Amino acid sequence: MKKLNLLLTMLLTLTVILSACGTNGDSSEGQKDCEPDSSAIKAGIVTDEGGVDDKSFNQSAWEGLKAYGEEYCLDKDEMYGYAQSNQDSEYESNLTRLTQQDYELIFGIGFKLKDAVQTVASQNPDTKYALVDDVAEGDNVASVTFKEHQGSFLVGVAAALKSETGKVGFVGGIDSPLINKFEAGYVAGVKSVDPSIEVDVRYAESFSDAGKGRQIAKSMYDSNVDVIYHAAGGAGNGVFTEAKDIKAGDSEANVWVIGVDRDQYEEGSVDDSNVTLTSMVKRVDVAVQDVIKRTIEGNFPGGEVLEYGLADGGISVADTNEEAYTDEIASKVKEWKEKIQNGDVEVPQTREELEGFVSNLE
Amino acid sequence: MKLQKLTGAWIPVVSIIFGLLAGAIIMLLFGYNPLAGYIALWNGAFETPYFTGETIRLITPYILSGLAVAFAFRTGLLNIGVEGQVLVGWLASVWVGTEFSLPMAIHLPLAVIVAILAGGIWGFIPGYLKAKYQVHEVIITIMMNYIALYSVNAIIRNVLTDRDDRTENVAETASLKVSWLSDLMPNSNVHAGIILALVAALFYWYFIEKTKYGFELKAVGYNPHASQYAGMSVKRNIMLSMAISGGFAGLAGAMEGIGNFGYMTLNNGFTNIGFDGIAIALLGGNTAVGVVLAAGLFGVLKNGALNMPLSAGVPHELVDIITALIIFFVAASYMIILLRHKLIKLYTDFKNKSKKGGANK
Amino acid sequence: MDYVIEMLDIRKEFPGVVANNNINLQVKKGEIHALLGENGAGKSTLMNVLFGIYQPEKGQIRVQGKDVNITSPNIANDLGIGMVHQHFMLVDTFTVTENIVLGSEPKKGLKVNIEDAEKEVKRISDQYGLKVDPKALVRDISVGMQQRVEILKMLYRKADILILDEPTAVLTPQEIDELIQIMKSLVKEGKSIILITHKLNEIMSVADRCTVIRRGEGIETVDVSQSSTSELASMMVGRDVSFKTEKTEATPKEPVLEVNDLVVKDIRNVDMVRGLNLQVRKGEIVGIAGVDGNGQSELIEAITGLRKAESGKILLNNQSIMNLKPREIYNHGLSHIPQDRHKYGLVLDYPVAENMVLQTYYQKPFSSKWSLNFKEIYNHAKRLIQEYDVRTPSESTLARSLSGGNQQKAIIGREVDRSPDLLIAVQPTRGLDVGAIEFIHKKLIEERDKGRAVLLVSFELDEIMNLSDRIAVIYEGEIVADVKPHETNNDELGLLMAGSNKKEGEA
Repeated sequence: MKKLNLLLTMLLTLTVILSACGTNGDSSEGQKDCEPDSSAIKAGIVTDEGGVDDKSFNQSAWEGLKAYGEEYCLDKDEMYGYAQSNQDSEYESNLTRLTQQDYELIFGIGFKLKDAVQTVASQNPDTKYALVDDVAEGDNVASVTFKEHQGSFLVGVAAALKSETGKVGFVGGIDSPLINKFEAGYVAGVKSVDPSIEVDVRYAESFSDAGKGRQIAKSMYDSNVDVIYHAAGGAGNGVFTEAKDIKAGDSEANVWVIGVDRDQYEEGSVDDSNVTLTSMVKRVDVAVQDVIKRTIEGNFPGGEVLEYGLADGGISVADTNEEAYTDEIASKVKEWKEKIQNGDVEVPQTREELEGFVSNLE
Repeated sequence: MKLQKLTGAWIPVVSIIFGLLAGAIIMLLFGYNPLAGYIALWNGAFETPYFTGETIRLITPYILSGLAVAFAFRTGLLNIGVEGQVLVGWLASVWVGTEFSLPMAIHLPLAVIVAILAGGIWGFIPGYLKAKYQVHEVIITIMMNYIALYSVNAIIRNVLTDRDDRTENVAETASLKVSWLSDLMPNSNVHAGIILALVAALFYWYFIEKTKYGFELKAVGYNPHASQYAGMSVKRNIMLSMAISGGFAGLAGAMEGIGNFGYMTLNNGFTNIGFDGIAIALLGGNTAVGVVLAAGLFGVLKNGALNMPLSAGVPHELVDIITALIIFFVAASYMIILLRHKLIKLYTDFKNKSKKGGANK
Repeated sequence: MDYVIEMLDIRKEFPGVVANNNINLQVKKGEIHALLGENGAGKSTLMNVLFGIYQPEKGQIRVQGKDVNITSPNIANDLGIGMVHQHFMLVDTFTVTENIVLGSEPKKGLKVNIEDAEKEVKRISDQYGLKVDPKALVRDISVGMQQRVEILKMLYRKADILILDEPTAVLTPQEIDELIQIMKSLVKEGKSIILITHKLNEIMSVADRCTVIRRGEGIETVDVSQSSTSELASMMVGRDVSFKTEKTEATPKEPVLEVNDLVVKDIRNVDMVRGLNLQVRKGEIVGIAGVDGNGQSELIEAITGLRKAESGKILLNNQSIMNLKPREIYNHGLSHIPQDRHKYGLVLDYPVAENMVLQTYYQKPFSSKWSLNFKEIYNHAKRLIQEYDVRTPSESTLARSLSGGNQQKAIIGREVDRSPDLLIAVQPTRGLDVGAIEFIHKKLIEERDKGRAVLLVSFELDEIMNLSDRIAVIYEGEIVADVKPHETNNDELGLLMAGSNKKEGEA
């Protein structure tokens, strides 16, 4: 009995070690067949608790930075790199760390880093900083925001068209002004198609607790909701898990998830089908690359607010799931997209604005 | 070879060396340079005054949360609720710091005291339920953590702000940031809370070891039956212990509220200050000195580890394994004591045998 | 091949102590060999050497005539030596059979073959008359049964030499008789038994030979049939011991404790004390005799404030102390030597000195407004240690590392030193050796002679008969008889304790 236990423990340890080896790929990419571009700058990102593999905007930002590295033929950690934060209190440390390692442009990813970016930027006036998702003050800070409400409006339209039960859901991360923006746009989109559709809005009070996300999704699907849009980061992964679970049990089930930040098509794949209807894609990667390019060109947008939206491709709606995201839906979404761009529709950004918007519809 | 002299203070040192060795082997296995890794760890914690300051800043709440867990533990209670008590204390200190405008001599002490009281009340509730209704404190404190987390978020959102995700900054008069410390370690978030934490550790030692109240609390912890037979009130001591434990935790929260951050944001999840406090208390053997040292170890490892991916290229996941290994070896110093016994025995056996020259058989 | 076990010139040292100094022990095949000594004399050390837990510094061990080197319990097992420890090593939630096979499970592939094991356990149990149910859960069986499981475990592993470490300490008188029968049948079947004990009666009734150890030295090995309890006792203690405690006639004065119509419920809400009346006067020892579970614990707990009394009266010096807090009652002049010194009497992880102020630590001079005055506490301890002959390396030694007798002396010192009007002693000599028993009995009588009231609860009739000036027999929560020790005998008391008096009264 004891020997068996020992054997099992050893096997388990071996597996852990081997699987850890497997993830070790990107540090040994081998020789490059190009010369680093001399005009490149040293750029880095500081993530929030999600980390660079959060399948969401941290990952997106890192992908943008990696794309920059490849384009300019740079070495990781030499010319570009990231620092991951595990707690709120680590944002400042990490920003300072990168600053002291001579990074020239440092991105703070997520609105939670606002205070940290402002503090560190004021302490280090010679370094350039960029804050993603919120507006920070300071001449050496560029603020990058997205018109998430517009994208959310469009996926709301898609959800309304896809729903058969007349009930759709929204799962937010933390009930805060930023996520309320997603909520307001989404609800407005749904109601614009059919004001009678009910929207079940709930918050996981977490961006990381997948269990909580799954629990909420379960209760929503149980109460006849058939499409859920999540803006909950890691907690949203739980929504996918629940939907896939239902789908795996009954391939005819009509359950859909709308992803956020990145195209979450991969997250929705189950057997031969896929539960991801579409995703509200927020191209943090595009924004990151854009800010770096501007800086290289000598046009660092310090003190400015860069707002990315539908027009510049900073916000888009994914159409990867061709089977579910029908041409009919696509053309309707396109219609509404034009209306927004024309200014015919003013998408609400807060709950108050949403109230006004909805009452105008009736 | 004086193995016999390897006692007391040496054992943790040897444990740390063992932990570092184990971490080095892991790094070697994955093709990283352990020396570079540990230099990065050290530099991450102490390279510049800034990082030293940040390390001290990180140690501060750890000392207090460790003391909180240790205090309850001395009365035989497992306070898993330090996490929630930290949150409540944090909120209370920020509330006083933002809502009042008073001279510093009143404002700062008031913020600290209210935080201690808030944490104390949050700890007292499970203590009361345990004493009166024999509900196990572990269950209640875990639940109280969730109540604290979501209530605090709701209060920030609806009471302290108008649906915002963070509070105002606390007034200067309620801030623990002091210029001489900040000048010593420029730009870092080091604050006078470290002094409060060390004073708290001193208080802990005095209270537990020297006062009649500490005598009672410990007696109840060691043997509640005998304590009751000796005329002590077990119930009263349970409530008192949980309340004081919560007070330490509340003070830990104030360290974040009016020390490090100066505000409070909506919490995505637990801060882990309280949960790490459990490990710190056990690592420190529930003594004041032990807790301060263990908190120091945690702070250095946590802050230094942030530098390992950047300077030595060691991935985060591996860094977590390495720091966990070091802590594991310190916690397992019992094993090292055992190993020492074996070595001594082997040595003396060998000596005896060579003396007898095998004539015995 | 005269001896199955020979331990010659065994010496075992611990830092600062010689636990065994050149001890010889020779056990014949098929005998019950008693190993007699006071607590801390070195009996357990010697057996742990034989069982491979300790290695001796010097000496030889022969098993069945062959020189052996026992370096671990496994080797001892292989040599056919089995040990039943004082504290059983059983898994509560496993069945008897599972416990017995634990560590050497019969396998059927990867599965444990429990059916075959059960049959084997049943067979051995029948062979030696152990009457153990192989399928019962250990937590459901009595302590006596659990002990038999431990014995079975040894037999299952084919042990020929059984070491029993103080086997009767945890047993009821009836269980002791049964164990003696089992030991006799084991010997009849060719096993040899080493019996560690300090109870002389047991040795007289069951052992063939006896080796006496005193303070780490082997004193003598004697044939039990050629010896007597008093001879054994003086060999063990090193001086003559009197079994009959000398005392003068009591001269009781006014009552100190008065209990009238007391009703106390236990935790299940059942009346355990049912309208009990009792009086204890200055200068007398009142012994409460009774079978365990007839309300003794509840009575004492109600008097000391540890349990709520439902109705009735408890007067101490004519003041009601009913349902006051324990501390208030102590301050009215009551001291309590509780029944289980480890559980109720001491904080084992506190130093001796701190245990000696367990009730009074908060009072002057031991404590100022806030902090303890360790100097006073330690001086107080020093005095008590001397007065009550507590053998401890120092006042700061943890209570845990004292022997049972010295722990009890420390408690008695603490309680008596508070000069109480009423001293309650519950099972004050349980598990102690004759030397300690003698000392404690003397102290209790001394207190009586100083004019204190003493209430003694004991399940040992000899103790009650020896010490009491009056015996109150408790049966089903009532005092059913009040007799003088010289006017009664064990048989009569036994009948009273079984409720004969009450039945007559009702009839």
